[in-house]
Amino acid sequence: MPTLEIRDLHVSVETKEGPKPILRGVDLTIASGETHAIMGPNGSGKSTLASALAGHPKYTVTSGTVTLDGEDLLAMTVDERARAGLFLAMQYPVEVTGVSVANFLRTAKTAIDGTAPALRTWGKEVKGAMENLRMDPAFAERSVNEGFSGGEKKRHEILQMELFKPRFAILDETDSGLDVDALRIVSEGVNRAKENTEVGVLLITHYTRILRYIKPDFVHVFVDGKIAEEGGSELADRLEEEGYDKYVGANATATA
Amino acid sequence: MTLTTDHSRAVADGAHSHGAVKPQGSRAERLTSFSLEDIPVPNGREEEWRFSPADRLQPLFQSDLGSSGVTVEVTAAPEVKVETVARDDARLGTAGKPGDRTAVTAWNAFEQATVVTVPAEAVASDVTSVRLTGVSADATAAHVLVRAERHSEAVVVIDHNGVGSLSETVEIVVEDGAHLTVVSVQDWAEGAVHASSHRARLGRDAKLKHVVVTFGGDVVRITPDAEFTAEGGDVEMVGLYFADTDQHQEHRLFVDHAVPECKSRVTYKGALQGSGAHTVWVGDVLIRANAENTDTYELNRNLVLTDGARADSVPNLEIETGEIAGAGHASATGRFDDEQLFYLQARGIPEIEARRLVVRGFFAELIHEIGVPSVEERLLASIEAELEKSMSVITGAPTA
Repeated sequence: MPTLEIRDLHVSVETKEGPKPILRGVDLTIASGETHAIMGPNGSGKSTLASALAGHPKYTVTSGTVTLDGEDLLAMTVDERARAGLFLAMQYPVEVTGVSVANFLRTAKTAIDGTAPALRTWGKEVKGAMENLRMDPAFAERSVNEGFSGGEKKRHEILQMELFKPRFAILDETDSGLDVDALRIVSEGVNRAKENTEVGVLLITHYTRILRYIKPDFVHVFVDGKIAEEGGSELADRLEEEGYDKYVGANATATA
Repeated sequence: MTLTTDHSRAVADGAHSHGAVKPQGSRAERLTSFSLEDIPVPNGREEEWRFSPADRLQPLFQSDLGSSGVTVEVTAAPEVKVETVARDDARLGTAGKPGDRTAVTAWNAFEQATVVTVPAEAVASDVTSVRLTGVSADATAAHVLVRAERHSEAVVVIDHNGVGSLSETVEIVVEDGAHLTVVSVQDWAEGAVHASSHRARLGRDAKLKHVVVTFGGDVVRITPDAEFTAEGGDVEMVGLYFADTDQHQEHRLFVDHAVPECKSRVTYKGALQGSGAHTVWVGDVLIRANAENTDTYELNRNLVLTDGARADSVPNLEIETGEIAGAGHASATGRFDDEQLFYLQARGIPEIEARRLVVRGFFAELIHEIGVPSVEERLLASIEAELEKSMSVITGAPTA
């Protein structure tokens, strides 16, 4: 069974004052079909983990390994990682002026699959997926993310997850800034992808709200650049009640 | 994307007029003349030359330009008349006077002019093609006059190829009710130096679509002027340029709203890549005191693809009447940035393909506005060729 394996991952970010360590030894194994939630306070390094796995140039892996199906993910370029089956639903998707959504989706699908999707079925597939996410068909002709509302950007990210059929998807705070309706629609999209493709999901979130719609198999509490506690979905319920104070407090004491 | 709009020279004089005093540096005060003595060799610090590589243009500043460096061939639509005439032909010099040194050297040195006439009420059934080919580096003057007589319609494409050193005048006369499209393509080989003064004059209800496409040559400097002489005139000026390493591409436009009820639209877009690539766009629009109900908008966008390239963009809007229908301008220079690249790559798209996607997207809309299919196709092919070069910039492989 395909797995995404993260071993003792240390990552730094480039700052004006030099490299600053953010991740301090992350260990995590995700198998196909599993959903792992990573929860944690702001600044704990959750989003750094997402960006570093996707290969964002701002982050430098200083030690550790990441393998996808036994292949060294860290040795791959950003686009090679995507073609190997990794997908990152971004927290802040960027605008690409002049490139229509339709053109972008077709180009990306072609790159990921290595062949152009069949014209006859692709159009239908895109249309159907957009309908499911309650996206206006006119969306296909707009420039990628240009003038999109926060909710539209997130739907567009999940649309891609459904169409590209990755083996592992990282959802970086996909729930942030969404109202309840949009959250439900986006979550339904993730659940459809899970049912249809056996995708392994790494769901990064600050809030427990999204976990009412997307059931995690495992919950990891992320504090100060590494996993502080692990459990099943009951851990999320506890965090809902207690918040992160306990971890932040413990950490504060330890480093004081 | 960063947005930079230079409003520093935009003035709305109607709002605070003090008699007949014009703002300093007004286009209305710029000297124009047919005489070499009136417009001396510039030192490079003048307003109209301050962005230009004056040293590389030196040969075209001289008064003794020859006529042998460039050949002219015309393939005309059956309805269109083509003549080669001597410089004393009365039809020449009617679309305004030279406004800078290269324009005045071009005017004074040409021996023969090519005159393309679309007869009154004729509708050209095909594109008329004027090809100027550089055959030597001898500094040369050339003169082309395109006349669309009243109620005629035509498309004229002026092509520039080869290696030349050319100071050129393109006169465009659009008579009452005529609809004319003029496309000037600068597809020079490496080493070419080209300055061209386009001077257009529009009659009542005349419509001009003026398209400039610049890809090749070492230094290309085009200065299109458009002047309205009667009500109902409509000018659409479209430009595309793509500058590579050490290329200088400059487009300076002037739209003179001298009469009421006219409309102008200016849209120029450029891409730059490689160190020393430099583009300049200056768009002057003057709405004179009696040009009521003028409707004008000008836009310039630049896409910087690599480090070391520089795009200057200066829109200038001068308004001397308060009674206008609309007047605006916008200028933006954006970079193809790391975040855009990361987003596209994270969707499996390789870097080269990502650049291609962005550049094609950047130009696509404007290309479709040209409305001349043969030109549009060539343009798409040229953009592909430029992108091939950018591939070698990224991979470090030598340019083919």
